[in-house]
Amino acid sequence: MKKIAKYSFIVLWSLFVLAPLSWALTTSFKPPAAVNNGVTFIPWLQFQPTLNGWKDILGISGYANLIPNMINSIIITFFATLISVVFGGAAAYGLSRFQYGWKKYKNPDIIFFFISQRIMPPAVLAIPFFLLLKSLKLLDTHIGLILVLTSGLMPIVVWLMVDYFNQIPKEIDELAMLEGCNPLQAFSRTILPLSKPGITVASLFSVIFGWNDLFFALVLTFTNVKTLPAAVVALNGTITPFWTLSASAIFAILPLIGLAFVAERFLSKGSLTGANR
Amino acid sequence: MANWNVSNSGLDFIGGANWVEMFQDGDFWSSLTRLLQLSFFTTFIQYVLGFACALFAWRGIAARKFFRVLWLIPMMTTPSVMAIVWRSIFREDIGAANGILNSLGIATVSWSTSVGAAKFTILLAEIWQWTPFMFLLLLAGLLSLPKEPFLAAEIDGASPWRTFWRITFPLMAPISIGAIIIRLIEASKIFDSVFALTGGGPGNATETPAYYLRTVSLTEFQISYGATLGLTYLVVAIIALTIISKVLAWLARSKGI
Repeated sequence: MKKIAKYSFIVLWSLFVLAPLSWALTTSFKPPAAVNNGVTFIPWLQFQPTLNGWKDILGISGYANLIPNMINSIIITFFATLISVVFGGAAAYGLSRFQYGWKKYKNPDIIFFFISQRIMPPAVLAIPFFLLLKSLKLLDTHIGLILVLTSGLMPIVVWLMVDYFNQIPKEIDELAMLEGCNPLQAFSRTILPLSKPGITVASLFSVIFGWNDLFFALVLTFTNVKTLPAAVVALNGTITPFWTLSASAIFAILPLIGLAFVAERFLSKGSLTGANR
Repeated sequence: MANWNVSNSGLDFIGGANWVEMFQDGDFWSSLTRLLQLSFFTTFIQYVLGFACALFAWRGIAARKFFRVLWLIPMMTTPSVMAIVWRSIFREDIGAANGILNSLGIATVSWSTSVGAAKFTILLAEIWQWTPFMFLLLLAGLLSLPKEPFLAAEIDGASPWRTFWRITFPLMAPISIGAIIIRLIEASKIFDSVFALTGGGPGNATETPAYYLRTVSLTEFQISYGATLGLTYLVVAIIALTIISKVLAWLARSKGI
């Protein structure tokens, strides 16, 4: 009886997780009739799959081409993550190994100050960032969006990485320094290899949040630099048939689904634990 | 209010007007209470479901690795893009939701024009999207728990139910509080699903502060008024989150956890 309840929960939940994705996937292969004349679910049985939706978004039929947007998204996410992890990681190492502070405000307060940046809804930040980027002539450029996204991703990286560095015993870098390393060498030769799982998890989160950002992309970039989510939402705004929309949606989320496998691998090693302390 | 006008009238009259307008702006305050309901509901449901999933994926079922990957997938998908998929599911005439309901013999539901149904669609999309986040944090926590208390419970012959309430749940309390706070922070910014799913409608029944702020400052271009709202919203959010975290910590302590 208990087993039945358990497994029915698992099956129902898995179906719920898969349902929207499979609906989008099947819809992307549907011919117009299969969408407009009632609801169909099963390919080959209820309709004959076509590639028209995919041709529409890959620039083959001349309707829209999302590949440049995909490249924009990859460039922006990559560099925003790189900057966040390099500088955020350095900040986290400093906060984990050295004492900073002014009067009673110490390292934990600094870390909380970092993460509190994320409480702010992006709508509050949109106007200041818009004016800032306008005066720097960085509106609608890769660099502008990368910098703005970095400001949102860095807090997550610092917050996650401090925990990882705290888990590595201090004796290790003290030993390295006794052996004649300066602090920078101690960091790069001993701590960096040890904190690889932490770096991976932090990069994973910043890739997810960076890739999925829509708000800043909509406000700060227009035509030259359009990210993939922004382009898909723009397609949604015009009269685009559902099969093309579904294909674009699958196209936009496909790159990140692969990351679920990476996340699971690090979870099995138990190295995601830092996220909780 | 009077005090407030006195102290500011000499500085900037327009600034004062913005604040007065905000206090009389029913749309803004009702969007705040709506957000409060929505984020509490979604976070609570996500916590319960996420905890259940995490328990199953922790031990006890076959093919755990497969389910761990499967249940993480929604978190990886782009919320704004998934909102479009949800919209196509909840289309009244050709959407999957009504298709399934009809084949079960239930009458067509008008998802976008009925207030309850519109709220339900947003709730469902939010649960789908973010339960995996809760699942990930709680599973990571479960995997890092010490093994000894569970061995002791097994030796004492405690039932799984009792083991859960007396050992697992208390040990997970700090992690749970952390996860709930993070989710509340992120839920308070809910924008994507409202933007693409209902557009705040019907009327403004599903408008959240983030959405309202965007309307005010970026489509009506009342930038200074938008800044007023943003500041107020920020203060309210920080106060609310501080109170919630204090209450959760107090609850955990009073239970002796």
